Amino acid sequence: MSQALGQAQGALAGSAARGRVRTVVAPLVLGVAIVLLWQAATVVLAIKPFVLPAPFAIGARFADRIEFIVPAALATGWNALLGLVVGAVVGILIAALAAAVRPIEQLGAPIATALSVIPIVSLAPVFYTMFDSSTDTTRVIVAAIAVFVPVYFNTLRGLLTSLPVHRDLMRAYAATGWQTTRTVTLPGALPFLFTGLRIASSLAVISSLVAEYFGGPVTGLGKAVTSAVSSSDYPLAWAFVIGAIVTGLAFYLVTYAIELIVLRHRRR
Amino acid sequence: MSAAVTVTGVNKTFASKKQTTIALEAVDLEVAAGEFVSLIGPSGCGKSTLLRLIADLDAPTSGTVQVFGKSAKQARLDQDYGIAFQQAGLLPWRTVRENIELPLQLHRVAASARRARGDELLALIGLGEFGDRYPDQLSGGMQQRVAIARALAESPKLLLMDEPFGALDEMTRERMQTELARICADTGAAVVFVTHSIPEAVFLSDRVVVMSPRPGRIREIVPITLGGAQERTEGLREDAAFFAGVSAVREALHGGTPTALGVDNR
Repeated sequence: MSQALGQAQGALAGSAARGRVRTVVAPLVLGVAIVLLWQAATVVLAIKPFVLPAPFAIGARFADRIEFIVPAALATGWNALLGLVVGAVVGILIAALAAAVRPIEQLGAPIATALSVIPIVSLAPVFYTMFDSSTDTTRVIVAAIAVFVPVYFNTLRGLLTSLPVHRDLMRAYAATGWQTTRTVTLPGALPFLFTGLRIASSLAVISSLVAEYFGGPVTGLGKAVTSAVSSSDYPLAWAFVIGAIVTGLAFYLVTYAIELIVLRHRRR
Repeated sequence: MSAAVTVTGVNKTFASKKQTTIALEAVDLEVAAGEFVSLIGPSGCGKSTLLRLIADLDAPTSGTVQVFGKSAKQARLDQDYGIAFQQAGLLPWRTVRENIELPLQLHRVAASARRARGDELLALIGLGEFGDRYPDQLSGGMQQRVAIARALAESPKLLLMDEPFGALDEMTRERMQTELARICADTGAAVVFVTHSIPEAVFLSDRVVVMSPRPGRIREIVPITLGGAQERTEGLREDAAFFAGVSAVREALHGGTPTALGVDNR
């Protein structure tokens, strides 16, 4: 029995390994091919660096100026992290309130929907004048609002979705409202919450970075990109963009890893 | 001693904007303590609805449902029955043991007593080594066994089961039936069992309640005389008395005399 199990697991591992080759190696090969093509195109077609710098030049700049890129990424990342935490906490709390008191949900729905269609970063200049423009407050707020929207909507949906069989069961057990909330509703909402967080994680980085374009202190990747462009160092500007991609990816992957750990026993 | 379930003159209609559906009409049924009664009939005959009324998951439109001489609602609040559905309905974020102990935990049974009962039930369903696994690591049959153990957690004198083996393959199903017969022999609980498998109903039951649809009614109650729960073992499936029971229920389902297929016999 255990031997058969072992064999079955071996076969599974084999096909999983093949699957991993396909999901990891294939995109890597494609990525390398694109970079090489890009490099060849900039050389053969003699594309000017301000139009499109060569990837090797960007790479060299990235390695060369890593001591500027890392602090800029940390500054943007810190604002994004604060925004992510604040936005997520507020989003979860208000979603919980809306799920518990349905009139709040109905009253709040138009506001939440309006919030979701406003390009949040366009509010950055307004916030810079509302709050002290020598601090990062605006960037954190912009990130928090951007995060709030997907976290709120997904959490609310999760809280309002429960399996009929679980509802019947809790009724059959004559469970109190709070017991039902704790044992069924909250754990059941977690997968939805994490979907929201996963979307929000990269949104937080994007919006705090874009908010830097509109003012505030001279820190962060967004500011670095603008200053590199204004001094005509285009490969450096792109090197900061790569820093932004890495930061966004890190946020996404960490959130996803937490999700996988917390939800490891859920079937997807 | 009062009967486990007494259903008297029950009607149940579901009203929507377009139409009213009569799910149950003039249903009377009594299930004695320790008796195994199956409800069988085609889809839409109201067998699941009847079970939900007994469980107080729905209320009858008219008529009364009594469980151990109390109202169905009081019986539910007093936790006089255990229940299992077609879907195991385990909580995926809890281990097998935590799932089985869920009703005990909800009713504030002390942790040590809970643990002891959990051990007993895990042994009863033959999943002693699986207590710390999660439901997604179990087969469908094992999950359903866990659901049954959960229904038995508080040693109820009445078990309500809504097609608990409906989603299982035939082999697993027969094994689960034998196991359920053994569990019933051990616990002496009365069972109301919804199914649409004739052999399943005959194998398990003391009486089979045959229902017909539109409106949902009891057409006939077929007594099965195959002995007590402890005699419901694998060998019984080859027994002439078992086949006789199967024929009797089939005839009742098809409305009286056995007729050729395709012949309208209403």
